[in-house]
Amino acid sequence: MKAPEPVQRLKHRRDSALSTLVGAVPYAGFLGIQFERHGDELTAILPYSEMLIGNPILPALHGGVIASFLEVTAIIELSWAMLWDELESGRLTPEAMADNLPRLPKTIDFTVDYLRTGLPRDAYARARVNRSGRRYASVHVEAWQDNRARLFAQATGHFLMPQRKDD
Amino acid sequence: MPENDAQDFIKALPFARALGMRLDQIGEGHAQLSMDWDARFVGDPATGVIHGGAVSALMDTCGGAAVLSYPGALGTATIDLRIDYMRAATPGQRITARAECYHVTRRVAFVRATAHDEDSANPVATASGAFTFDRKEQP
Repeated sequence: MKAPEPVQRLKHRRDSALSTLVGAVPYAGFLGIQFERHGDELTAILPYSEMLIGNPILPALHGGVIASFLEVTAIIELSWAMLWDELESGRLTPEAMADNLPRLPKTIDFTVDYLRTGLPRDAYARARVNRSGRRYASVHVEAWQDNRARLFAQATGHFLMPQRKDD
Repeated sequence: MPENDAQDFIKALPFARALGMRLDQIGEGHAQLSMDWDARFVGDPATGVIHGGAVSALMDTCGGAAVLSYPGALGTATIDLRIDYMRAATPGQRITARAECYHVTRRVAFVRATAHDEDSANPVATASGAFTFDRKEQP
């Protein structure tokens, strides 16, 4: 059996692939969205900033900010899931990825449920790929603030997968 | 609401200001908002196409403005919004959204919206959603 990859190298390889993927999306940077990784599980973080407010009287996060946060989370999760096997097998390296950015899935439709007012504080989101075929994928996203069980928004979206070279 | 108040309303929303939204028209349950293409709003660097989330933010704000311009409206919040993306918005072109609040009940407003770039014959996206409808004091 092959010796396992040293843990620091493995973490560095995965983290640099993730930061290349996220760093390539200007709109994620504009909103200040970050991703945390535990194994293959991603958590998106939207640190609060005054710019994200929609209703200054309440105050509350803008509905468009919430929709954007959920859609960014869905696309990054779907891309991450799509690239994971290639990254783990070594067929794709973070360096090769940075030189030749992967094509991203395209949103077909996206439906957001606003369950509660988005408070002026950090928000978190996780996406689950419910189905990912060669062409189409269905993704569900949940977002919360203080309590994981008290969602303030959720969304479902359908995506067109990028055509791979071997197709 | 009068034109100047409506323009002030959009400018008072920090995120609408951050995206550079402009209110073009409003009244009687209809609104039109637009925003410029901006490199910071790009979703896919390979194509330069604006992120769906930014289009969604424009449509959501436009829908909310349409509800607020409906006679008797006092306040509103989005309950749900579905966006269908028909095609990629052409990089560099201004995006315009039009929303119509086509029905209201005592507490709910129903909205549809369309977004297009400088080719106004081919929509970039359509949306439909439900918003809360907070009324001025009931008799």
